[in-house]
Amino acid sequence: MSTPLHPQSLVEQALAASVADDCVVIVRDHTSANLRWANNTLTTNGVMHGVSVTVVSFVGAATGSVTGSATTQAQVTALVTAADAAARAASPAEDVNPLVRDVPASTDWDDAPEPTDIHVYDVFAPALGEAFRVADAGRRVLYGFVNHEMTTTYLGSSTGLRLRHVQPTGHYGCTGKTTTPEGRTESAWVGGATRDFTDVDALAIESEVARRLAWGHRRVDLPAGRYDTILPPTAVADLMIDAYWSAGARDAWEGQSVYSRRPTGTRIGETIARRGVHLYSDPAHDPLRCAPFTVATSSGNTSSVFDNGLPLGRTDWIRDGELTSLLQTRHSAAMTSQPVTPAVDNLVLDVDGGRGSLADVVAGTERGLLLTCLWYLREVDPQSLLLTGLTRDGVYLVEDGEVTGSVNNFRFNESPVDLLRRFTHASETVPSFSREWGDDYFSRTATPALRVPDFNMSSVSQAV
Amino acid sequence: MSGLDPTFADLPHRALGDAALTRARELGVTHADFRLERVRYQDLSVRDGVLQGASDAEDLGFAVRVIHRGSWGFAAGVVLTTDEAVRVAETAVAVANVAATMTSRPVEIADEPVYDDVTWVSAYDVNPLDVPVAEKAALLIDWTERLRAGAAVDHATAFVQQVQENKYYADLAGTRTTQQRVRLMPGFEAMGAGADTFDSMASIAPPAGRGWEYVVGSRDRGAWDWDAEIAEVPELLAEKLKAPSVEAGTYDLVIHPSNLWLTIHESIGHATELDRALGYEANYAGTSFATTDKLNHLQYGTPVMNVTGDRTVDHGLATIGYDDEGVQTQNWDIIKDGVLVGYQLDRPMGVMLPQLNPGPDGRGRSNGCAYADSSGHIPIQRMANVSLQPDPSTDAPGTADLIGRVERGLYVVGDKSWSIDMQRFNFQFTGQRFFTIKDGELVGQVRDVAYQATTTDFWNSMEAVGGEDTWVLGGAFNCGKAQPGQVAAVSHGCPTSLFRDVRILNTLEEGGN
Repeated sequence: MSTPLHPQSLVEQALAASVADDCVVIVRDHTSANLRWANNTLTTNGVMHGVSVTVVSFVGAATGSVTGSATTQAQVTALVTAADAAARAASPAEDVNPLVRDVPASTDWDDAPEPTDIHVYDVFAPALGEAFRVADAGRRVLYGFVNHEMTTTYLGSSTGLRLRHVQPTGHYGCTGKTTTPEGRTESAWVGGATRDFTDVDALAIESEVARRLAWGHRRVDLPAGRYDTILPPTAVADLMIDAYWSAGARDAWEGQSVYSRRPTGTRIGETIARRGVHLYSDPAHDPLRCAPFTVATSSGNTSSVFDNGLPLGRTDWIRDGELTSLLQTRHSAAMTSQPVTPAVDNLVLDVDGGRGSLADVVAGTERGLLLTCLWYLREVDPQSLLLTGLTRDGVYLVEDGEVTGSVNNFRFNESPVDLLRRFTHASETVPSFSREWGDDYFSRTATPALRVPDFNMSSVSQAV
Repeated sequence: MSGLDPTFADLPHRALGDAALTRARELGVTHADFRLERVRYQDLSVRDGVLQGASDAEDLGFAVRVIHRGSWGFAAGVVLTTDEAVRVAETAVAVANVAATMTSRPVEIADEPVYDDVTWVSAYDVNPLDVPVAEKAALLIDWTERLRAGAAVDHATAFVQQVQENKYYADLAGTRTTQQRVRLMPGFEAMGAGADTFDSMASIAPPAGRGWEYVVGSRDRGAWDWDAEIAEVPELLAEKLKAPSVEAGTYDLVIHPSNLWLTIHESIGHATELDRALGYEANYAGTSFATTDKLNHLQYGTPVMNVTGDRTVDHGLATIGYDDEGVQTQNWDIIKDGVLVGYQLDRPMGVMLPQLNPGPDGRGRSNGCAYADSSGHIPIQRMANVSLQPDPSTDAPGTADLIGRVERGLYVVGDKSWSIDMQRFNFQFTGQRFFTIKDGELVGQVRDVAYQATTTDFWNSMEAVGGEDTWVLGGAFNCGKAQPGQVAAVSHGCPTSLFRDVRILNTLEEGGN
C-alpha cells in the first residue's frame, strides 16, 4: 500500500491522470463522533473517518461518474481509469452544458481537512452521565443520540475550479418516558441542531424533558377530526422539507407535482400561500451556513454533474406568498425558460408579522392541540402533495392559553403547501430541527411556529 | 454460482484484522471484532428514452469494535495499513473508556461457535456489475420507449440499482468469515394525465438477491416477466386515469404479495425486532407494541397466520451465511398459528433473554440478525427475511378463489405510499392498482385509495392465505434504522391473502378543506 495523500493532492493527481476531454474531482474528508443511549445508559458509540473521491469524466457530451474510498495514488488512479472508461462508453448526456469556469479559487484551498473526534463531547458526556442519574431519581427513562460531523469538501476541475468548503453538522435528540401510577406511559422529546456542541447542555435537555412529561399529569383522549393545531418550529420544519424536496422544476413542468400548471407548465408566478409568507435558502444564513457552490456526483432531476461549482446565493422559493422559483439545473432551466436556481442545503420559512415565541402562540389559543414533532411522513398524492404521518412524543391540550394535559397521538393527512395558505398565526422564525429528516438528510432549517385552524387528524394512534 | 471476487480476496484483510485484534487484546479488551468491508454500487436511470444518470460508487474501509470496561467502543478508518489498523483499534478502546463513564449495565454478548476461515457466496449466476453499462442502459431505454408507445403514457422512467457486498469478519475468539452477495432492484414507471388528473403506474417487480439473470434470464431461472408487464402497464394506466374515485368506507380486501410484503415489513418485521421492544430505538425508529411480556400469548392474527424469520433462504435480500457478529444464520418461527412466539436477535440481546433462543448450554444464542451497512457503522440488530407462510394444504386457494369469496371489496396490487406509527399500531398504505370486487368478480379499477388499520386488528381480520402458487418473495432495498442512520435490504415472502372489513380512505377527501 502506498502512502496516504492529502485531499488537494488527490484532486491534482486525478485531474492529471484523466485522459478525458474534461474532468471534475470531488474529495470529501468526513469524520464523525456519536453517542447513543437508552434506558438511562449508553448503548453504542463510535468515531469514524472516511475519504471519498468522486471522479466525473467528460468525453464529448457523455459523462462517467465513479466514487470510491480512496486515500492513495493507486486508488485514485483506478477511479480515474474507471470514470474515463465509463464516459467513453456512455451515450450523450441530456443535461450537457459547458463546465463551470472562472470562479475564484477558495482562499483556504490549501488548508487541511477539519476533523472532529470524541473530544467534542468532553463537556457534554459527563453532563449526560449526570442527567442519567437525575432521570433515574425522577423515575424518568432517557433515550437519545448525539452526532457531530465535519465534512471538508474539495472540488477541482480541468476548467480551473479549486473550491473548498468545511461543513460542521451536529444534532441532539432526547426522548424521555415515564409510567404514571395509573400504568399509562407518557413520552416527550427535545431535539435540535448545533454546529459544535458548545451550546448543548445535557442537564438542560433532561430538565426540559421532565417539564414536558409533567404536562401529562392529566390525560385527555380525543377522537379523530379537524383541530385547531399549533405546529411548533420543529414540526413546521418536518413539513417544509417535504415541500422543498418536491419542488423539482422538471417534475413540475411535466405535470407531476403540486407545483404544476397542467397540462404543461409550472405555477411560478402564482400565489400559492398567504401573503407575507417567504420560503428561501441562503448559504450565508447564520447559523445555517452551508456550501456556497453546487456539488453533484451524478445527474438527476434536480442535479447535474455539469453544474459542479456553480455559485449559490440566496434563492427565494416563495416570496410574499408567490411561487417564485423551483429547483433548477441549467438543463431544466433551459427546458422551462426560467432562471437557474439550484438546490441549497438550508431552508428558511419567514412570515411577515410573525412575532413572539411558541409560548406566545400557545398563550393566544383558546382551545387547541400543541404538537411536538411529526413522524413517518410519506407522500400519498403528488398532485396536492398530500402527506400522511403521525404525531409523536407529546400532543398537548391547550385551553385558555395554557397547556392543561396530554392527548393521544394521531395519524394526519395534510399538504404542507396547503397549510401555508390556511394558517392563522405565526411566531418569529427560529433555528429548528426536523425530527423526521434532520438526523440523516437535512438539519439546517429555521421556521416559525404555525397555528392551523383545521388540521386533519385522520385517525387515532395508540402509540406512545 | 459465482466465486469470491479476487479483487476483494486480494485485499490485506487478514493482516489488518490480526494487527487490530492483537492490539486490542494487548489493551485488555474482553471482546474485539474486526470487519473489512467493500460495497460496490451502480445506479442507472433513464427518462423518456434518454440515459439520465449513471454512477458507480465503492465504499471500502474497516472497523474495530471492542468491549472494554463493560462498554462498547467502536472506530472505523479507510487507510488500509497495519499502522492504521492499530491506531483504529486504539481509538476504539479510547472511545470505550469515554463510554464507561456513562454505562450503568456492563455489556455482555451471547456465545457462538468459532468458524475458522469459512467462505460464503450468495446464489446468483451473473454479477450485474460485470455487465457492460451500455448494455444495461440500452435495455432501460428500450423499456421506456415501449412504455411511451402507450396512448395514455406521457412520460416513462426506468432504473436499476445494483450492489455487490463483500465482508471479512474476524474476532478474538477465532472466527474468520469471508462473504459475498449481490442484489439488484430494477423497475419502471409510466406517467400520464387525464382530464383533470395526473397519475402513474409502476412495475410491481420486487428487488432480489439475484444476478443479472433476473432481468434477462428465463422464467425458470427466476427472471421477472418484464416484457409482459411492460405490455400491460400502459393499458392499466389508461384505465386508472379514467377510473372513478373510491367511496370511502369498509371493504374486504384481497391483497396481492406485491402490496402485502410491505405491510408485513412494517407491522410484523419491525414490530418483532427485540431491540425495539427493549427500547434501543425509542429515540428514533420507535419501540414496539409486541413487548416480551406478550410472548406466547399475544394473538397477533388469526390461526392461519404463520410468520418466520429466515436469513438462509436463497435470493433473500437479508440472506447471508454469517452475520456481522460472526453468528451462523438461521430460520425460526416468529408467529405460530397467529400467536407471537419469537423475535429477531443479535448477540447482546441473545444473552439478555436466553429463553428466546437457547444455546446448547442454556445460555441465550443470537439468531443471526446483526448487520452494518458499511465499515463506518456499528452492527445493530437488523431484520431477517420475515415471511408469511402460504396455506400448505393440497386444496389451498388461489388468488381467483380468494376474490371469489368477496361480495364487495378491493383487490390490491403493488406498493406505493406507506406509514406506520412508532409502536407499530396505526398504519396507512396505498398501492399501484385497486380493482373493485363485486360478487366475486373484478369489475375495473378505482382511484385515490388508502387502507388504514391497527396492526392486530388487521391481522386478526385475515380470513385466508393463498397456497404456494400465490407466494412471492417481495422486499425492500433501503430500509432505514438506527442512529447514525443505516440502510438494509430485506425480503418478505407472502401469499395472496383475504382480509375482512378494512377501513378504506379516499385520499382526495382526506386532502380536502
